[in-house]
Amino acid sequence: MKHIKTLNTATLKKSMAKGGCGECQTSCQSACKTSCTVANQSCENN
Amino acid sequence: MIHKFSMDGVNMVLDIYSGAVHVVDDIVYELVDDYKKYSRDQLIQKYKEKYEISQVEEAIEEIEALEKEGLLFTEDMYVDYLSQFQGRNPIVKALCLHIAHDCNLKCKYCFAGEGEYRGHRSLMSAEVGKKAIDFLIQASGNRRNLEIDFFGGEPLMNFEVVKEIVDYARSIEEKHNKNFRFTITTNGVLLDDDIQAYINEHMHNVVLSIDGRKEVHDRMRYTVNHKGSYDIVVPKFKKIADSRNQTNYYVRGTFTRENLDFAKDVLHLADLGFKQVSVEPVVAPKEMSYALREEDLPMLYAQYEELARELVHRKKEGQGFNFFHFMIDLTQGPCVAKRLAGCGSGSEYLAVTPEGDLYPCHQFVGLEEFKMGTVFEGIQNLPMQKQFQACNVYAKDECKNCWAKFYCSGGCAANAYQFHGDIHIPYKIGCELEKKRVECALYVTAKLAE
Repeated sequence: MKHIKTLNTATLKKSMAKGGCGECQTSCQSACKTSCTVANQSCENN
Repeated sequence: MIHKFSMDGVNMVLDIYSGAVHVVDDIVYELVDDYKKYSRDQLIQKYKEKYEISQVEEAIEEIEALEKEGLLFTEDMYVDYLSQFQGRNPIVKALCLHIAHDCNLKCKYCFAGEGEYRGHRSLMSAEVGKKAIDFLIQASGNRRNLEIDFFGGEPLMNFEVVKEIVDYARSIEEKHNKNFRFTITTNGVLLDDDIQAYINEHMHNVVLSIDGRKEVHDRMRYTVNHKGSYDIVVPKFKKIADSRNQTNYYVRGTFTRENLDFAKDVLHLADLGFKQVSVEPVVAPKEMSYALREEDLPMLYAQYEELARELVHRKKEGQGFNFFHFMIDLTQGPCVAKRLAGCGSGSEYLAVTPEGDLYPCHQFVGLEEFKMGTVFEGIQNLPMQKQFQACNVYAKDECKNCWAKFYCSGGCAANAYQFHGDIHIPYKIGCELEKKRVECALYVTAKLAE
């Protein structure tokens, strides 16, 4: 494509297939303790 | 739903419900707003004065192609999906153990009231700690990975009990098919070689509290004698960070209205050699002089932008570091179920007081109406656990229509309660800063992909 560069694919939609196992880190446990961010957590099931 | 923003000439379009992220040129950036409103001919008519017709046609075709692939204008498909998870019985997989409701610093902004959490000074006993481990094993169902965070107050003031709890958990994890991961948060004052060695052997992560520049840190984080703690902790933090090969730790700071130029603090920590940095906005009652105000937002946005530019520059020069809130992995990030469900407070994540009482998270500790049970009797207030479990992005009006909901997962319930008396109404300043951080994080990703 000339006008659009896509940085990733439909990751959210794809994650429905095997998501929700719950083995990942709890978001608040990692570093923040005040401001919630989950997008920087990693998946244990990839 | 799409969201678009532009920073330093980088135009980005996010397709919220697929998760796709696009970098686009000026034509697409303009046209994407009108694409659903007008026909192809109308779009060409509208834009032909500004751009060549062939360019407009190409742009339309590319947008069409992405829409067909499910990477633009994707519809929400998660409401029903979420109900599968909401119906499950809640399990608990992480505990924040308040090892010490006491502290050897008197930080001005401490949400824990200098460690006391609206109560009295106390230390957790090994008995309570071990009961917490038993409770977690029992309440975690078939989840294998369990987390324990040693928190305070200052946990190093009760370190022998930390060790007993770790030993106990390790002694029974295999039998129960569990894998414990430990984290400890410390202000560093009591950190020494022995403690460092123990932490490195046993702790998956360590959070080191430091705010940045010496004058900023010392203004907020002082000892009982009102002496700054910067000079005490910096050498210890450098040593432990190096001993962990600059991974699996964070130096973690708080910025307030007294250092709105906090980008300098982040860069100061990076200049000290730290590679894992998290510096976050204070959450404080409005009446406090250091509390952030809405009028501060433009300056804070500019700080995040400055930080993003500098981070790109340093990464390209091979001098990069990780800034916690700019870390977005577009390919290996968490699944949509996690993004919808929120931080897990009150359902899969609970805090334990030194006496063994259970609260939805560390920020609720001491608010008696949020006491959920004890490690001895388990969760007594099941409706409260269900209420927290159901507090997902679709349960909040502000979040439902927000483009950032899959990046932040609905914000902090404790902040919401503190400002609105309701865990379902997000804290506005927190939301605005989160949105800006996500944009900056995506900008960094785009610049590094150039």
